[in-house]
Amino acid sequence: MKKIVMVSMILTLISGLVFAKGWGNKSSKTKKNSSSLVFGYAVQDLGNQYWVKAADGVKAQCKAKGITCMVMNANTDPATELSNVENMIEKKVNAILLSPWDSDSGATAVKAANKAGIPVFVLDIGVTSGDYVSLIISDNKKGGEMAGEYMASLLPSGAEVAHITCQLGYVQPALRGTGFTEAATAAGLKIVAKQPADSQRAMGMDVMQNLLQAHPDIAGVFCENDEMALGAVEAVAAAGKEGKISIIGFDGNDDAAKAVQNGRLAADVAQQPYQMGVMGVDAACDYLQGKPVEKTTFVPVKLIKK
Amino acid sequence: MNNKFFNIGSKVKNLGALIVLFVMLMVLSIVSPVFLTVSNIRNVIVQVAVIAVIAEGTTFVCLTGGIDLSVGAVLGVAGVLAAGVMRNTGNTTLAVLTCLGVAVLFGICSGVLIAYGNVAPFVSTLGLMSIARGIAFIYTHGKPISNFPDSFRFMGAGDIGGVPVMIYIVIVSYAIMYIVQQKTPFGRITYAIGSNEEATRLTGIDTKKYKVIIYTVAGFLTGIASLMYVGRINSGHPNSGTGYELDAIAAVVIGGTSLSGGKGSVLGTIVGALIMGVIKNGLNLLNVDTYYQNVVIGTVIILAVLFDRNSKNTNK
Repeated sequence: MKKIVMVSMILTLISGLVFAKGWGNKSSKTKKNSSSLVFGYAVQDLGNQYWVKAADGVKAQCKAKGITCMVMNANTDPATELSNVENMIEKKVNAILLSPWDSDSGATAVKAANKAGIPVFVLDIGVTSGDYVSLIISDNKKGGEMAGEYMASLLPSGAEVAHITCQLGYVQPALRGTGFTEAATAAGLKIVAKQPADSQRAMGMDVMQNLLQAHPDIAGVFCENDEMALGAVEAVAAAGKEGKISIIGFDGNDDAAKAVQNGRLAADVAQQPYQMGVMGVDAACDYLQGKPVEKTTFVPVKLIKK
Repeated sequence: MNNKFFNIGSKVKNLGALIVLFVMLMVLSIVSPVFLTVSNIRNVIVQVAVIAVIAEGTTFVCLTGGIDLSVGAVLGVAGVLAAGVMRNTGNTTLAVLTCLGVAVLFGICSGVLIAYGNVAPFVSTLGLMSIARGIAFIYTHGKPISNFPDSFRFMGAGDIGGVPVMIYIVIVSYAIMYIVQQKTPFGRITYAIGSNEEATRLTGIDTKKYKVIIYTVAGFLTGIASLMYVGRINSGHPNSGTGYELDAIAAVVIGGTSLSGGKGSVLGTIVGALIMGVIKNGLNLLNVDTYYQNVVIGTVIILAVLFDRNSKNTNK
C-alpha cells in the first residue's frame, strides 16, 4: 500500500507536469527563433475581474501579433510578484508587462528587470521608482472631468455636491478627483465636502451618511471608485433620498454597471482594462521595433449612463 | 525511549520525498531548457527561502503534535512594525530587534496559551493570527511602508560572494535545527512530547515549559523569515505572509513529518519546501496557469498525508 501511494504520487506529479505542459502555451515546445517574441505579464490578482479583463486583452493582442504570452498571477503577494518577474527574466522574455500589487514593491520588480536589461511596461497602478518604458493607465484626470461635466448637466447651477476620495496619498485616484473638481467648479457646481472612504463600500456608506447629516441639501456625489459609490447609494436609500441625489462612480465594475442600468447610479466612468492590456502589448511591440513610445500612454475611459 | 526506532521511521519517509524531488528535477530539466540552470535553481531556493525558514519552526511545533496557524500573520505584523521603526528612527539594529522581538512575543503567547492555558493549538494560534493581522492593519492603516537602506534589507536582498544571503540563512538555520533535533536533549524531548506527552511528563520532564520554548523558537524563526521577506521586496505590507502558514504546513507534511507528532525531521521539511518551490517554478517556466499549480500542490499534500497515515498503521 505504501509503495502504491508513493508511486501514484510520482505519477501524479509527472503526468501533472506533462499534461500541464500540453495545456500551457504550445509555443514553449518550439525553439525561440528570431521572429517569435515572448512577452511576460505579471499581474497582481487574477481573482479580480478587472485584472482578468486586462490579462485577456494582453493575451488576445499577443495572439493577434503572433507573440508568445506568459501570464503569471501574483495572487496579491508582492513576493510572488517578484518571483514571477525573476522567472520571466530566466526565460529571457523580450518585454515584461507589470501590474503590481502596489507601487513600492512594484519598483523592486522593475529594478530586477532593469538589471537584466529587459524593458518594462507598467499597466495601471504605477511604480514609485525603477526604469520603465511606458506607464499605460486610464486617463484618470479626463475621467474625472467627464464626471464633473455630466454632473453639471444634471443639476442646476450653484447646486451643492460632495466628493468622496480614495485613501489619502493614492496618486491615480486623486487625479480623478482633480479632474472632477476642475470641471464641476468651472460649470458652476459648489463642492461643499471632500472626505476619504479608503476605496471601501462600507466606509463609503458611513461617510455618505455623515455627509448627508452635515449637508442635507446635497444634490450630487462624485466617488473616486465604484465600491465607495455603491456604499453611497445604500446610504442615500437608507436616508429615503433615493432618486434625489445624483451619484457618479469610477471604475466600470459589473455591480456599478448594473446600478447605472437600474437608476441607482446616475453614471459611472468606466475604465477599459481589456483595452489597457491591448495597448500595453502595442507599446511593447512599438518599442522593440524602434518606434517612439510615450512615457505615459493614456487609455480612454467611457462614461456609462442609463 | 525508542529514539532509534523513530529516527529510522523518519528516514524512510525522507527518502520518499527525496525520490519525488529528484524525479521532478529530472522531468523538468528535460521539458524546460532553462530549468536546470544555476540562476534558475538559485531563484527556486530564494523563492522558497521564506517559507522554508518558517517551516523549520512549524516542524518542531508539529513534532509535538501541535500546529501554528499564526506564522503568516506574525510575519506580517513583525515586518510592518520593524518597517515602521526603521522609517521613524533610521536605526537598523533597533528595527531588526523589533521584528524578532514581536515575533518572539507572539510565539511566547502561543506557547503559554497552549501549555498553561490548555487552549488547543489550533484555536490559540488561530486567535493570535487574527490579532496579529489586525494589529498590522491598524498600525499601517492598510498602506505599505517602503524603501529601506541596504543594511536593513541585507537578509532579504543582500549577497555574500555572489550567493544570496537568503540561501546562507536557509543552509545555516537548517544545519543548526538538524543538530538540535538529533543531538540535543531538547530535540529528543520534542519527539518524546509528540509521541506520548503524558509518559514524558511522568518521567519528570516539564513538558509545559518545553512547549513554550518550542513555540517561542518557532516565533523567532518567523521573525527571521519576516526580515528576509521585508528585505526582499523592500516593503512592509500589512497583508504580508497571508496564507504562508498553510504553505509551511504543506512543506512539513510533504516532507514526511506527521501532524500527530513524534515523527519527522527538518530534513524532510526542506525537501518538502523544495518540492513546492520546484512545482511553482517549473510550471511558471512552462507557462502553465497558476490554478493548475494549486491543483498539483494540493494533490501532492493529500498523497503525502495518505502515505504518512499508512506508514503509521504499518509501524504499529
